[in-house]
Amino acid sequence: MKVLTGGFLLLALVLQPCMAATVEVLDFDSAAEEQRYTALIDELRCMVCQNQNLADSNAALARDLRERTYKMIRGGNSDQEIVDYMVERYGDFVMYRPPLKSTTYLLWFGPLIFLSLAIVTFFVYARRSRNREVPVLSYAERQKAQQMLDE
Amino acid sequence: MRVRQFVARPKFLIPFIAFVAVAGFFAAGLRLDSTLVPSPLVGKQAPEFELPVLGQETTTLSTAQLSGGFWVLNVWASWCVACRDEHAILVELAERGVPIAGLNYKDEPGQAKKWLRDWGNPYFVTVVDRNGDAAIDWGVYGVPETFVVDSGGVIRYKHIGPITPEVAETKILPLWDESRRQS
Repeated sequence: MKVLTGGFLLLALVLQPCMAATVEVLDFDSAAEEQRYTALIDELRCMVCQNQNLADSNAALARDLRERTYKMIRGGNSDQEIVDYMVERYGDFVMYRPPLKSTTYLLWFGPLIFLSLAIVTFFVYARRSRNREVPVLSYAERQKAQQMLDE
Repeated sequence: MRVRQFVARPKFLIPFIAFVAVAGFFAAGLRLDSTLVPSPLVGKQAPEFELPVLGQETTTLSTAQLSGGFWVLNVWASWCVACRDEHAILVELAERGVPIAGLNYKDEPGQAKKWLRDWGNPYFVTVVDRNGDAAIDWGVYGVPETFVVDSGGVIRYKHIGPITPEVAETKILPLWDESRRQS
């Protein structure tokens, strides 16, 4: 057991520098500033890895764009200005939350349209089956059915 | 009720039609390359840069100095394997008279010069972007990338990834011909 714990500790020690390497040490004037930075790099997509945001990505471009974001925050740019800067260069795709405009209506309202379609279909079918007449068997028919079941 | 029958019958087909429609969307989606993101810069003024020239590091060159005529900006690096794929095509375009400027992205100038010696130099000038700042301004997210700028300084076309003979033939050369007809 002791050997196992020792092994894990060793492993943790060996792996630690690789994990530490991805963290950049940045100076901020205030906690609010730092919060804006973390929020922005959380919202912006890494164009190289695409399914990662700038915060998660280790790609060189992501590092550059984090740095750019940092510099722009320190330079007094507002969040909107920074996002606009990125969108101007990389397009709407750089935002994890796409803006609401004519080309993205389907993206935003598509699920709602499908949901309402499903609800309408459900009620139409429900009403139809309620109105459907249940066939009533005559006495003779019922006896015949019983006979068939008994066989 | 004939109308009722008419409406009722295709109902069997609805799931089938829905399936075909969804499958069609998926098939089309598979063919799309999700790594290609349309650039918002196409149709806009080419972004400014002011960068040292490869080989004459004390001189700088700006977008303003390059504009006024048709030119192509090719973003490349000696460490970029895909750049070698397109290099022969760039050399051929240059031989046909297309003015191509190189943007050497995050490269070591010595390596860049060696690359041009080894593989031929299709660029009338190469500017050096050591830290990749200018490339961010141009919305570059992968090397190689190629921009076609017209005489008005507007980006007319952007290609992400290595240029293929088809791209040269159907996209870049027609724009080049168009610019020559105008001047």
